[in-house]
Amino acid sequence: MTDKIVIEALSLTYSDGVESLRNISMGVRENAVTVLFGPAGGGKSTLLRCLNRLNDLTEIRASAGRILIDGENILDPKTDVIALRRKVGMVFARPVVLPMSIRQNLTYGLELAGEKRKSRLDEAVERSLKLAAIWDEIKDRLDDPAIALSGGQQQRVCLARVLALQPEIILLDEPTSGLDPISTGKVEAALLELKKEYTVILVPHSVQQAARAADFAAFFLQGELVEYGEGKSIFTMPKEKRTEDYVTGRFG
Amino acid sequence: MMKHLRLNRHLTERLGFVGLTLMALVTVAPIVAVVIYILAQGVPAISWEFLTGLPRDGMRAGGILPAIVGTFYLTIGTAIFSVPLGIAAAIYLSEYAPENSLTRLIRIAIINLAGIPSVVYGLFGMGLFVLFLKFGTSILAASLTLSIMTLPVIISTAEEALRAVPQSFRTVSISLGGTRWQGIQRIVLPQALPGILTGVILGLERAAGETAPILFTGAAFFLPRLPNSPFDATMALPYHLFVISTQVPEMPPQIQYGTALVLMAFVLGMNLIATTIRSRARARRQW
Repeated sequence: MTDKIVIEALSLTYSDGVESLRNISMGVRENAVTVLFGPAGGGKSTLLRCLNRLNDLTEIRASAGRILIDGENILDPKTDVIALRRKVGMVFARPVVLPMSIRQNLTYGLELAGEKRKSRLDEAVERSLKLAAIWDEIKDRLDDPAIALSGGQQQRVCLARVLALQPEIILLDEPTSGLDPISTGKVEAALLELKKEYTVILVPHSVQQAARAADFAAFFLQGELVEYGEGKSIFTMPKEKRTEDYVTGRFG
Repeated sequence: MMKHLRLNRHLTERLGFVGLTLMALVTVAPIVAVVIYILAQGVPAISWEFLTGLPRDGMRAGGILPAIVGTFYLTIGTAIFSVPLGIAAAIYLSEYAPENSLTRLIRIAIINLAGIPSVVYGLFGMGLFVLFLKFGTSILAASLTLSIMTLPVIISTAEEALRAVPQSFRTVSISLGGTRWQGIQRIVLPQALPGILTGVILGLERAAGETAPILFTGAAFFLPRLPNSPFDATMALPYHLFVISTQVPEMPPQIQYGTALVLMAFVLGMNLIATTIRSRARARRQW
């Protein structure tokens, strides 16, 4: 197994000079679920948004370091961010379905890239909905407004919308934070399937979810990567006192 | 003592409620009064000849067709210039403009533009369009003058409508490999369109009813034919109303009220369209 993503000595800074991440180095394995966990404000989401350069929309900039995806430094100003974002898909905490039909939500990204052939679009809709484990539930109402779906269904449609672009890496930023346990279970089950084909990076909404989903886990505390390793060992035998205190619920 | 105080609080609440309700009703009264009065006075003047005929007998008889058509042309002309420019400016301000001193300057300019008295626009339009650019007293010059006056309304309502579209739609569009413009074009603009249209109609409605800006730039005192080029001067309903109310002796009052009624119907009709668009869009909105 190889590292799909290599983060080297990365520091992120707000425009006012405050650091949000300090000197982070880690590799992210292909075909595995890597979990970034820790209390709020630790820099997990910010790191996630670096990987598809979504931070370009904000005041946060990398002040040092590199992020290599397949060996290419994506922080390079010459990077084609549009191609990058198709390769590195993202699912957000709150499901954001676009104000259009379910089908149009799923084909949106492909159409942006100029795909017009109906057969290709239809094929992508079916494939991605099956991957996101929601095809059977909604296949008969693909032309209904996406907003009419339940929250859990919307979030899986959002996941399918990312999958329709056939990305290589999927970033999930607390994707189940607004969902009931049953919907959460469905999303987590979908992730287990997805890691066979994709590199998955998840910011979980609880330590329990982190422990359930993680092949690898990285513990972030106030902008620092405290501990990183296999999920099994981090949640059962953490090396760092701070990790242990957090995992066992002593703070956070 | 305590009991006294409590009673007082309840009494104050009651009085306040009654008083505020009355005052709210008072604000409605003038509008209702104007509409009823103009309807009562104006309806007898309305006839097929009045709406489709040319003025006769020094405007004391016949119809007001040239004024109706003129106001229609001026409104269209104003829309042609102000709508694309206003929407483009609103898109820039809402979607692209960074927060810096240039943007602040633009915003201050727009706010101040909205505060300038309309007669000043008229004078400015005469200087720039009629004399300097040699458009003459014409539909073109008057439309351009009305456009400048209408722009701030269109820009600020369109910008508001664009900003009301949730930021998350733009972020999602970008995260799916879209450019900023693709997100604007495919999601933000269609979602903001009803709000933008409402602003456009309200702006044009104001332009249709104005007298001062067209006074020196395009309005004809009396022109017993229809204009046939953008460089023609034209009669227009608000200016015609001013003329027949103040400049023509022995004017039958019913023609005045008939003209006022037609102008009011024109403007309120546009208002009704704007309200309908807005409420339909609200019912259909998916966010």
